[in-house]
Amino acid sequence: MINLKINGISVQAEAGTTLLEAARFYGLEIPTLCHLEGLSPYGACRLCVVEIGEESRSRLASSCTYPAEEGLKVRTASERVIKARKMILELLLASCPQSKVIQDLASKYGIRRQRFRQEHEDCILCGLCVRMCKEQMSAQAIGFHGRGNKRGISTPFDLKSEVCRLCGGCIHVCPACQLRCTYNQPEEAICGGCANISPPCLEKEKFHDMMCYMDPCVACEIKNEK
Amino acid sequence: MKTLIDTDGKRLEKLADKCHGKKDALISLLQDIQLENNWLSQQVLRGVAEKLNIPLTEVYGVATFFKAFSLKPRGRHIVTACVGTACHVRGAPRLVDELRNILKIAPGETTPDKIFTLETVNCLGACALGPVVVIDGVYHGQATRSKVRMLIEEIRKLETRKRKTNHDKAKKQPSS
Ligand code: FES
Ligand code: FES
Repeated sequence: MINLKINGISVQAEAGTTLLEAARFYGLEIPTLCHLEGLSPYGACRLCVVEIGEESRSRLASSCTYPAEEGLKVRTASERVIKARKMILELLLASCPQSKVIQDLASKYGIRRQRFRQEHEDCILCGLCVRMCKEQMSAQAIGFHGRGNKRGISTPFDLKSEVCRLCGGCIHVCPACQLRCTYNQPEEAICGGCANISPPCLEKEKFHDMMCYMDPCVACEIKNEK
Repeated sequence: MKTLIDTDGKRLEKLADKCHGKKDALISLLQDIQLENNWLSQQVLRGVAEKLNIPLTEVYGVATFFKAFSLKPRGRHIVTACVGTACHVRGAPRLVDELRNILKIAPGETTPDKIFTLETVNCLGACALGPVVVIDGVYHGQATRSKVRMLIEEIRKLETRKRKTNHDKAKKQPSS
C-alpha cells in the first residue's frame, strides 16, 4: 500500500494505481475525456490535470497516467488546476464546438463565452476509438496516421477495412461524435453520424439522412462549406 | 536498372528475411524499400505488414509519420529547395519559382516522366551557404537561377542519353 495525500487528506492506494484511480476511489471528481476504464491510459486530452508536489515547487501532471507515489502531495482542484483545466476546455471547445460531451464539460466549468476561433474539427485525437478497436475488439482496423497538424485517424489508406467488423465500438466511445452505437443497423441510429463525418468503419451513405439529437446537427454542413 | 520491389514479393521477402521477423525492424525495412523503390506502394506496405506480422494500421501509421517515406511515386532525382528564413531572405522564393518554371511542377509534385521530384524544406542547417538547393543529396550553396537551370539541364541530358542507350540495347537484343 502506498500512502499519499490528496487535497490534504491522507489516503492509501494500491501499488500500480494511477492518481486518477486513487482520487476517484475516494470520491474526488476529476474530469476526463481520453480515459476509459478497460482501455490503457493515454494522456492525450490533459483534462485530468492535477497539481503535485510541495506548494512552492508544485507542477501539473495528468492524473490518468501518473502512478501513485509514496508521500506524494496531490491537489485535484486548486486554483492553478482549475485555471489550466478551463484553458484546455476552451481550446477543446474551439476545435470541436459541436460536441455535446465537451459542451457539457465546458458549461460545468463555467465557460460561457468562446474566446477562440471555432474550427469544427471532427476529431480531437483522443485516441479512444483506436484503443477501443485494438484493446477491446482486437481488430486494429483504425489507427493514427501522419503527424503534426496532419495527424488523423483512419483505416489504412482510407479504404474500407478488411478487418473491421462494423461493431461500432469506435463511434460508441467517441466524445466528439454523437452517434449512438447501433451496431450495423443504421435504421436504429438517432444521429446520422454526419456529426462525425467519417466514422472510419461505416459506410457513410447508409447514415446519410438521419438526424442527430442535437438537431439540427450542423457539423456536416459546416464541414461541407469549408 | 535497380530492381524494383516486385509485386510477387520475392525481393521484399529477401529484405524481410534480413529482419528475422523482428517487429522493431519495421522502420529499417521501410527505409530499405524506400531507398530501392523511391516510394512505398500500398501493395508493398501490405506485404511488409504480413511479413513482419504487424497490423497494417501500424505500418501505415509509421509510413505516414516520417517524412523520409513517400506514399506517392517519386522521381529518380529529388530536387530540394530550402525556404527557411535565411534562404528566404537570400532569394529562395525566386529559386523556387525558377524551379517551378523549369520543371513545370509545384513543390511536392513529380514530373509526369518520373524524372524529377520538387520539394521544399524549412532550413537545412546550412544557412551560411544560402540559398541552398539540394539535388540528389548534393548541396549547392549560393544557388542562383542560372546555376540551378544548368544543373537541371545536365540531369535532363544524362537522362535522355540513358534512355537512348537503353533503347538501342533493347533494339539490338532481339537480333542477337
Ligand atoms: S484523461 Fe488524462 S489526459 Fe485525458
Ligand atoms: S534557411 Fe536554408 S539552410 Fe537554413
